[in-house]
Amino acid sequence: MKIELSRDKVHNEFAKKVEWISGQNLFACYQCGNCTAGCPVAFAMDLGPHEVIRYTLLGLEEEVLSVNTFWLCASCLQCSSRCPKGIDIARVMDALRMVILRKKERRDYLQISEFPEGFLERVPQIAFISGFRKFLS
Amino acid sequence: MNYLYFPGCTLYTKAKNFDQTARNCSLLLGFELIELPNWTCCGATFPLATDNLMALLPPARILARAKEQGEILTTLCAICFNVIKRTNHLLQRDGEKREKINEFMEMNYLGDLKVLHYLEILKQEIGFSTIKDKVKKPLNELQAAPYYGCMLLRPFEEMGFDDKERPTLFEEFLESLGAKPVDFPYKIECCGSFQSVGSPEVATECAYRILTSAMKQGAEVVVSTCPLCTFNLDQKQSDILKAHLDFKTIPVLYFTQLLGVAMGLDPRTLGFEQNAVDPIPLLKRKGLV
Repeated sequence: MKIELSRDKVHNEFAKKVEWISGQNLFACYQCGNCTAGCPVAFAMDLGPHEVIRYTLLGLEEEVLSVNTFWLCASCLQCSSRCPKGIDIARVMDALRMVILRKKERRDYLQISEFPEGFLERVPQIAFISGFRKFLS
Repeated sequence: MNYLYFPGCTLYTKAKNFDQTARNCSLLLGFELIELPNWTCCGATFPLATDNLMALLPPARILARAKEQGEILTTLCAICFNVIKRTNHLLQRDGEKREKINEFMEMNYLGDLKVLHYLEILKQEIGFSTIKDKVKKPLNELQAAPYYGCMLLRPFEEMGFDDKERPTLFEEFLESLGAKPVDFPYKIECCGSFQSVGSPEVATECAYRILTSAMKQGAEVVVSTCPLCTFNLDQKQSDILKAHLDFKTIPVLYFTQLLGVAMGLDPRTLGFEQNAVDPIPLLKRKGLV
């Protein structure tokens, strides 16, 4: 993929929005990859957390918002705990979720009606409450 | 001394065995858990979006009400502990948000309540040496893997529970019961948490890695502090069996259930029927029930 860099592109509106919601400075990231290396669900992610940050800074909004990375993040804070630059990466992942969930068209990640039969009875309340809070607008 | 206790959403139903064993054990150890009146759900997630004040309201209300009743609030569930303690930390330090939240709640809470996990009560208030003296049935070197998970430990600056990479509190607790704690590399790794709702197969994989890591180090049982970890590690073993043909099941117990065994409580009161992988054969083999 060929990407042309410009000052405007790096200081793009999308990155600003993510920084604002997460309260984190994305420019602190120097792409060491520690977050992705320690992430327990990185094996299933389209892009590692460090790549998502890079893409965001390049203004690739559409590409970033279409990956599963931030939906798979379990907010376990391993990345935040190990980031040598002190970025709370789990907050960045949550901010990306928020960018989608706060849109007017309400693009929820979960569709409750699609749960398999018996699932609701099996799963404990705590999983539903935290899951719904993360995945529904 | 008695402690204010916040049970949380799951402790009355799917994790009844956690709640009951903790209450019964505390009586034997000389304290009582006084349930917080009119408690509500804590929200089960600490809001990570900095502008999401709404999600801070339930834990803030719990804290404000608890402060009217006492000085220390304890929880069993690691997620409740994380949400309530982090909110408390925020209310202590962020004057602007504190004012806004208090104004909305029509209360005046300053963040001055002490929030302790039940394990911390056992360590700091009771003392592991006292527990050791009160043990009636030492666990006979049962190889127990302490699974911390994430919520007790992270973020370290706010939770202050134990070392963020190499904690030992849980091991000390198990040792005081006469068990042999098993050190394993996945003890602070996430179980997949609420992903068991959104992406169940991912959570299954996380559980598989944690359990096999513990078993490779010789664990006979995995010990948990959280109803969600227990769901992912225990109840989901039937899913792991479908995904991994080499997998062998292993019992997962709440730490209070093991405490109950060691304190000599009647095994029929320990709620083993709620554990998906039956721990009785193992406990029998060890001469513990």
